[in-house]
Amino acid sequence: MNFEAISTEIFILVLGLFAIVMDLVLPKNESRKSIGGVLVFALTGWVLYMFSMYVPETAVADGSATTRYFMDMMYIVDNYSLFFKQLFMVATVFTLLFSMDYMQTVLRYKGEFYALLMTALLGMCVLASANDFLTAFIGLELMTISFYILVGARISSVNSSEAAVKYLVVGSVSTAIMLYGISLVYGSTGTVQFYEMFHNQHLFTAAGLAGATMIMIGFFFKLSVIPFHMWAPDVYQGAPTPITAMLAMGSKAAGIAVFMRVIYVAFPLIGFYWLPILAVLSAVCMIGGNIMAIRQNDVKRMLAYSSIAQAGYMMVGMVSADYPGMKAVMFYGMLYVFANVGAFTALTVVEQQRGGSDYKSLAGLAKSAPVLAAVMTISLLSMAGIPPTAGFAGKLYLFTAVVNQGYLWLAFVGFIMSMISVYYYLQVAKAMYLAEGDGKELHISGAVRAAAVLSVIATILFGVWPEKLAELTNLAAYTFLQ
Amino acid sequence: MSIGLGHCLLLAAMLFSIGLYGALAKRNIIAILMGIELMLNAVNINFVAFNRFTVVSDLTGQLMTVFAITVGVAEVAIGVALAYRIYNDRLTINVDELDNMKG
Repeated sequence: MNFEAISTEIFILVLGLFAIVMDLVLPKNESRKSIGGVLVFALTGWVLYMFSMYVPETAVADGSATTRYFMDMMYIVDNYSLFFKQLFMVATVFTLLFSMDYMQTVLRYKGEFYALLMTALLGMCVLASANDFLTAFIGLELMTISFYILVGARISSVNSSEAAVKYLVVGSVSTAIMLYGISLVYGSTGTVQFYEMFHNQHLFTAAGLAGATMIMIGFFFKLSVIPFHMWAPDVYQGAPTPITAMLAMGSKAAGIAVFMRVIYVAFPLIGFYWLPILAVLSAVCMIGGNIMAIRQNDVKRMLAYSSIAQAGYMMVGMVSADYPGMKAVMFYGMLYVFANVGAFTALTVVEQQRGGSDYKSLAGLAKSAPVLAAVMTISLLSMAGIPPTAGFAGKLYLFTAVVNQGYLWLAFVGFIMSMISVYYYLQVAKAMYLAEGDGKELHISGAVRAAAVLSVIATILFGVWPEKLAELTNLAAYTFLQ
Repeated sequence: MSIGLGHCLLLAAMLFSIGLYGALAKRNIIAILMGIELMLNAVNINFVAFNRFTVVSDLTGQLMTVFAITVGVAEVAIGVALAYRIYNDRLTINVDELDNMKG
């Protein structure tokens, strides 16, 4: 029992409990924003502290550093999981920053929001570190069950409960399918641990293969890959806007973190047959997501389809199944967080103060809130992959990795679809800059401004100077493949 | 005739299929939740049967079952709470009428 290895998770759990207790202790009509402020500072401090937990490359190469495990290999803490945990925590910090005002005005139960966000974050961290299917299952459920409640948290809105029910039904069915797959794999190999499964040739029986396929399908549901995507647009549209942001950044990245571990560590031999299918699915995601995003009226719904397309881009990196590909996926995941923060910050303010998130509500935002309009435009351009934003560097890494593995056609699909995506991203810019709005100033608090400006600085910084982040992802990918 | 692994797996597969059919075909949210619960219980039978009948040294299967039951209960609890909210909003819990959002 090496409790030091799970210090991050213990810390997050303590923060969640702190949020619950503070909610009970604070007087009823007191603002709950102070809880959010404490969480922001605590999480930021821990993200910085986590840099000291990385194992340096030299120590991994000569074998002097041993990987840290908790509970007999069930829980692994390597550079790969540390990187993803930092990603989730950065996403949560930004979400907290721009959601505090929104939650204070929109939600009826404010304190619970902070506690549930922490449990969702805890679930993501468990997922990134999971080294067997039991841990992965618990992490996945901790995350999704917290999200079911958060999606339905907006009691005044009819759409919110509708979205939550849709998410719950689809999520539970996919969980059941995945669990059935896990039981079949367990039955044929006698283990649920990733490393032991890798050595086990009993996996190649009918039951084992069926089980592995069902596990993959379960993950495709969670990642909203295209044949299994129908829940995503409704859930994204109905959920409170900051939760939509968390779903797009955190939940998706967490799914990708554990999915990569499953296909590379648990089923590498089956994964070999799966890669062509994965390539086709990622192409379908890029095409379908981008084309369907064009005809949406609601910006949140448009971003839902765009996030399906982004999942497609990230799967391109997975298809290459080597070290540059993994590195590219992690790099892209990180900058996608910053791009999403920029877009959803503006959207959150608009939805809170103008009561809608369609293109019409965004009209004339350039006059009412010039900073937010600029941040939103730059973030969307980053998602489309226009230089000098970080999105360009990320797509460059992804497509070079996959071209080196001989999937030239996949890179072509990616290029063309990125160009198409510029069209609907610029529609948002058009609404903000050219359409006439009511001209009323929007009220923007300091925290929202900080989130918007910091995210856009990060987007541009990693676009023109990706070196440091690339080094970090290098380190994470390198130790993963050792 | 003694009950073996095959019987248990067959039972689990049947339960799973019935549950999947229920979750997909039923229009009432509570009935859908019942279908989901059936699917999760089929999985539990699978785990326990594999743990009992195949040669494994540990109790991982039964451990999984304990966690799966807990998670299943949490999911259904939230599902029922949401069904109650949907009823409050629209005075019906028929999923066909949950069509506010389209596109």
